Amino acid sequence: MLTAYRWELRKLVSQRRIYLGIGGAAAAPILLTIVLAVQKGGPYDEPLGPNMHTSGIALALVVLGLAARFGAQLATALVAGDIVASEDADGTLKMILTRSLKRSQILTAKTLATFTYLLVLLLVLLAASLSAGLARRGFNPLVDLSQGRISPVRALELSIAAFAIFALPLAGIAAFGILLSVLTRNSAAAIVGTLLYQLLMEGASSVVHVPVLGHYLLASQFDAWHGLFQTPIDWTPVIRASWDSALFTIVPLLAAFAIFLRRDVTG
Amino acid sequence: MSGRDRVTEVPVRARGLLKRYGPIVAVDDVDLTVGEGDIYGFLGPNGAGKTTAMRMLLGLVRPDAGSARLFGRDPQHELPAALDGVAGFVETPTFYPYLSGRKNLELFAAFDGGDAPSRIEQVLEIVELRERARDKVGGYSQGMRQRLGIAVSLLRNPRLLIVDEPTNGLDPAGIRDIRELLKRLAEQGMTVVLSSHLLAEVQELCTRVAIIRSGSIVYEGRLDRLAANPETSYRLRPSDAAQAWNVCNQQSGLRNLRRVGDELVFIAAERTVVELSRALVAAGVGIAALIPDSTALERTFFELTEGSPGQTTERVPE
Repeated sequence: MLTAYRWELRKLVSQRRIYLGIGGAAAAPILLTIVLAVQKGGPYDEPLGPNMHTSGIALALVVLGLAARFGAQLATALVAGDIVASEDADGTLKMILTRSLKRSQILTAKTLATFTYLLVLLLVLLAASLSAGLARRGFNPLVDLSQGRISPVRALELSIAAFAIFALPLAGIAAFGILLSVLTRNSAAAIVGTLLYQLLMEGASSVVHVPVLGHYLLASQFDAWHGLFQTPIDWTPVIRASWDSALFTIVPLLAAFAIFLRRDVTG
Repeated sequence: MSGRDRVTEVPVRARGLLKRYGPIVAVDDVDLTVGEGDIYGFLGPNGAGKTTAMRMLLGLVRPDAGSARLFGRDPQHELPAALDGVAGFVETPTFYPYLSGRKNLELFAAFDGGDAPSRIEQVLEIVELRERARDKVGGYSQGMRQRLGIAVSLLRNPRLLIVDEPTNGLDPAGIRDIRELLKRLAEQGMTVVLSSHLLAEVQELCTRVAIIRSGSIVYEGRLDRLAANPETSYRLRPSDAAQAWNVCNQQSGLRNLRRVGDELVFIAAERTVVELSRALVAAGVGIAALIPDSTALERTFFELTEGSPGQTTERVPE
């Protein structure tokens, strides 16, 4: 299985599409820094946005807030929606399924490769935004959402944790993308379907005014990291994001495996 | 199942394979038996169900009914073990175009494990792709991809090779190369199952054949037996046409005897032709050539594959 995983990574690295996401993750913080420098203002409506003029670390968190609405899901959908469907359409799936690996091993390798890509994407986003932010504003303390003061080292630790928490619902998006990739056998349909799924989740979370329900939609979990920047830390959204995202990840993956293990490969 | 049992099992045994796609019956009650060392042709027009049947053999498609065994193992329930010693591809072999030929081989070898990676150089040599191995597959010709497909199959050191239309889309040189390659592999003891819609190809390569039409097997057996059915036409080029004409006229079992230049043309069963050749020699007539007319085989093939279903769905006995 590790062999298949390594080769899935090599295949991903050999494809241009993943560099759209990685390149975007690397460029976005720099572009944002330039834009903010030019317009002399700040994204005050973003949580922790007012810190942008005092602490370089704040840029990473503003970028994370923006990524929740733009980009991260697209980059995820591009890879997750494509990972099985493109091989099905191109005919390579039938080639690898007649080798000495089980179907479950192959789909597991593809799933792990997708999740690895997400981690790399977020690491690049974190590294680029920290680099840009620190270069412009320095390694300074942060004022959190409760107006408490956080030391630079603590702020850095919390920022890394925030990216990790952000990865949880993103995995849920990826899992749905993989399901569509298996189900539709069509890369474009799976990518668009994954984005629609995300939009529906966003729409539902803004329309559903019943807090009990709205809090548990996947889109709501992208803001769970805000709890880290309260004094004291509010663990409730973080814990909820953990199990809620796990549910949104596991259920589609189970469905994807159930379909993939039994389906006819006719591409 | 022990390794000894597996060795004694026939390479392919399929019984009652059935596959429906909605209202369309793609494969209908197909039985196949491929013996060790056979070059087995799976012959039929496009859309007859050859590829679907091969997909079922390789475990890519689940039959709605029936079962298949490869060396005694069920590819529907015992994958990947059922593919031990088995390799092949259906339709055009496909690869990762952004990887080189060698990288593709490395990938498939890694998926196979064992000593497959150590065979990469050897299989590149066999299919004569060593010099282009570093080029990306995206730049390969159709023929090179077909050869790479066979190379990928050979990585598994198979005892049974299943290839679907291996010369499809190739130029004459490519067709010749692939056919020679398959012959060489068969000479080395490999059992080969190949599908084709080309009668000439199957005639050239195969020892046994299954002819499929509209999802059903209409003939299974030796191809020469099919050609030797009572309706087979022969051309005789004797040393003395007049004397041969007299002998033929006295020979029972000959029909439609006629003279075409220095040759005699007639229809007869194989047994009758044997008797006739003896009679000719006894009468002092030399036989320069006695050739079964391939057009008769073609005619039989077309009758089997294009006739109305009611006429030809019964299996022709061997």
